[in-house]
This record gives sequence, structure tokens and C-alpha cells, in this order.
Amino acid sequence: MVTAVTSFGRSGLYDWMMQRITAVVLAAYTLLIVGYLITTPDLTYAQWSGFFGHTWVRVFSLLTLLSIGAHSWIGLWQVSTDYIKQTGLRFVFQAVCGTLMFVYVVWGIQVIWGL
Amino acid sequence: MNKKRPVNLDLTTIKQPLPAISSILHRVTGVALFVGLVFMMYALDQSLTSEESFNSISATMQHSFFAKLIAWGLLTALFYHLCAGIKHLLQDFGYCEELESGHLAAKVTLAAGVVFSLLMGIWVW
Ligand code: HEM
Repeated sequence: MVTAVTSFGRSGLYDWMMQRITAVVLAAYTLLIVGYLITTPDLTYAQWSGFFGHTWVRVFSLLTLLSIGAHSWIGLWQVSTDYIKQTGLRFVFQAVCGTLMFVYVVWGIQVIWGL
Repeated sequence: MNKKRPVNLDLTTIKQPLPAISSILHRVTGVALFVGLVFMMYALDQSLTSEESFNSISATMQHSFFAKLIAWGLLTALFYHLCAGIKHLLQDFGYCEELESGHLAAKVTLAAGVVFSLLMGIWVW
């Protein structure tokens, strides 16, 4: 049996809830960015960096980054506990995913806030 | 449990109902998006670093078939995952959980996925 020590909030219900809240954030951000790109053809650097210069866009981007971290941790945890029954192997898989998530978050913060 | 009942867990011989297909695709696209984030993050980074890097990444997006293929693949995965995610959330709230409505929801999700994929293809190319 797989125990819950590596789950995100150490409780299935909490993880379930977080997965849903972060999903809504990610959906909203997706629609915002794709919507912006579609309604702004011939985008220039000035427009684009101006857009990411707005505080609300930066804050929303940060929220999205953190949501990606939580959402994909919970998601990949589910996938790994479903298919990888051997504890050592599963641990390695989760460690790799966790590291990549951390890289995404730090990289993203640097891109968004380091302008 | 009666141990003598025949058990078949061979996925290749089981006919997958539509909801099963829409569900496994949600999972596959979720994992694909996580891996594909490398490209999205790279593009975002390049697009915001400086005017030159912005111009070079937009030139790549306009001319490289390979870059377009990646963008289209990721957009397809993202929109499918989003549609299936919304279906999942609706079902969490108790909608479309019957055999017929569940089947219909899976159909709508898969169809929406195909439509978005086509639209994104047109947009990218
Ligand atoms: C970059 C964006 C995203 C990534 C990397 C991602 C990744 C994942 C992964 C790996 C899973 C686990 C799949 C499984 O357990 O079968 C998952 C599940 C889920 N995703 Fe996403 N996702 C993203 C965006 C979204 C969006 C925009 C929505 C919008 C509705 C969403 C809704 C969901 C839901 C509801 C689940 C839970 C499925 C379940 O409980 O079985 N995701 N996601």
C-alpha cells in the first residue's frame, strides 16, 4: 500500500480541494494569455513587456506559477502512485518531478519579477 | 470473494468506453503539459528578456516548423486538458454522472478537444 507521506497536504481531501482550486486559477490564466495573444495580432515587444509590467499581471502570473507547482505535484503524485508500485523507483520519480517543479517556479519568478 | 471467477486485466483486449478514453487523455495531456512547460517557460523568458530576444523568438515562431509543431501540440494538450478538467469539475458537482449523460459529456469533451486542436492549428500556422 502507498502511504500518504509524499502527498501534497498529507490528506486526500485537502489535495483534492487544492487540485480543483489551482485548476480554476490555471484555466483563468490560460484564457487570459491566449485571449490577449489572439486579440493582439502583430504584438510588439513594447506592448508585451508593458502587459507584464502591470502589477496585476505579475501577481496573477505568480499565483499561476505556484498553482502549477501544487497542481502538478498532486497530479503527478496520483499518476506515480497509480503506476509505480516500487517505493524506491517512485521516490526517484517524485524527486525528479519535484525538482523540475521547483525550477519552474524559481525560473518563472525570475522572468516575471526580474524585468 | 470467489477466487474462481475469471479475471481479465489485459488492457489490449478490453473495449474502452468513451469516458475511459477521455479520462486517460486527460491524464496523458496533464503529464505532457508538465514536461512541455520547459518550452513555454523558455519562450516566455526569451519574449521578456529584451527586444532582440523577443524578435528572435517571434521569428522562430513564425518560421520554424518544429517550433510551430511544439506550440500546436502544447496548445492542443492544454485545451483538451482544460475541457476535460471542466467536465471533471462538473462531475464533481454531480452533473453528467449517469450512463447516458456521462457518455454524452465524454463525447462533447472529445469533440471540443478536436475543434480546439484545429483552431489552434489554424492560429499557429
Ligand atoms: C500547465 C497547466 C497544467 C498542468 C501541467 C496540469 C497537470 C495535471 C496533471 C499531471 C494531472 C494528473 C492527471 C491524473 O491524475 O490523471 C492533472 C489533473 C487535473 N487537472 Fe490539470 N494541469 C494543468 C492545467 C489544468 C487546467 C487549466 C485545468 C482546468 C480545468 C485542469 C484541471 C485538472 C483537474 C480537475 C485534474 C484532476 C483530475 C483528477 O482528480 O483525476 N488542469 N493536471
